[in-house]
Amino acid sequence: MTLTHHISDEILLSYAAGALPEAFGVVVASHISLCDDCRARMTGFDALGGAILERETGQPVTDTQLGEMLTLIAHLPQDSAAARPSTRSATPKKLSQGQLPAPLCDYVGERLDSLPWRAVGGGVRQYVLPTKGTARARMLYIPAGTKIPDHGHGGMELTLVLQGSYHDADDSFGPGDIDIAGADTQHTPVAAENMPCICLTATDAPLRFRGLLPRVVQSFLRI
Amino acid sequence: MGKAPDSDDPDWGSVMHRIAEARDIDSFSAVFRHFAPRLTSFLMRSGATRAEAEEVTQDVMTVLWQKAHLFDPRRASLSTWIFAIARNRRIDRLRKERRPEPQEVLWGPEQADDHTEAMIMKQDTAHLTRALTELPEKQRKLIERAFFGDLSHSDIARETGLPLGTIKSRIRLALERLRHSMSQTTR
Repeated sequence: MTLTHHISDEILLSYAAGALPEAFGVVVASHISLCDDCRARMTGFDALGGAILERETGQPVTDTQLGEMLTLIAHLPQDSAAARPSTRSATPKKLSQGQLPAPLCDYVGERLDSLPWRAVGGGVRQYVLPTKGTARARMLYIPAGTKIPDHGHGGMELTLVLQGSYHDADDSFGPGDIDIAGADTQHTPVAAENMPCICLTATDAPLRFRGLLPRVVQSFLRI
Repeated sequence: MGKAPDSDDPDWGSVMHRIAEARDIDSFSAVFRHFAPRLTSFLMRSGATRAEAEEVTQDVMTVLWQKAHLFDPRRASLSTWIFAIARNRRIDRLRKERRPEPQEVLWGPEQADDHTEAMIMKQDTAHLTRALTELPEKQRKLIERAFFGDLSHSDIARETGLPLGTIKSRIRLALERLRHSMSQTTR
């Protein structure tokens, strides 16, 4: 799969540092599952975290501390999970036939067609993921050719296209692509004409829809 | 600040192997002596009290004891592996959230033997540590801050008094330098 829109260093660094809210983490982990480029950069940031840890200094361990630690583990068995096999076939990394990235499956199950969608008006449907924290992650189903109501963001919005595609004034986004919109972005994505668009979106502040009708939509979206 | 990467540089892959296979207490003690002070310091710099930091350190070392067989020296350095465990424990404890993880990449047929791959990983790790040490201090400090936890760039801005734009561009510069430095020794 050729992806053209990737996760920024800033967001990837937050993810590696463990500072990203869970809702955004689902989007990031899902994209990385599909994207070798972002996976490689993530691995680099993890290694950077390791290097920072290695450079730390602290008071040497006392015998008491070591003794306490050894008592703690004395009767703990080894975890039963098997070691990672070193040779296996390649991972299926395709968003085909309604297949979803593994990190997303942990929240919504294996298949799109069994998802308990809720209609939010204009043919648009959503499913809010059960994540903790104040940021929200939701799946959106946008019928072909349909416009998502004009909205700006109080904060960051991170979107991963799962199926179909959409475009806004500047760009177009296909399966696996990441769309990052900041607080200052005011955009009106439109799903492509040929098929419905399904995406995963995380926001850290309520969406602000413009105009009366969209505000009704917003109350339905319950953001 | 840190020790030079080569001054004490045990073969952590073998050490971890002895923990996994033989439940070797001496090997575990060596890992604990090396990493516990670093972890506690790292966690305290992330905002934990000493008591909290020591508790999380014990947590992490317990996980290490139980999951030693999952450590793969071809894929990550031990410090990176421990960093990742500590990060996830912290998210779990402080925020009560879970951390979505990417799907594992399954490895294809090996290109080189395990030992060679582990050696390459070790060299890369030493090199990254050196590159980090050689960063201008202002840049390194900001990269460290970014890794010390739940701090957004705006939080760092408040704390350091630096404008947000300066922080972002310094972090960007630091990453560019690290990448440049790492590409200089590409085999």
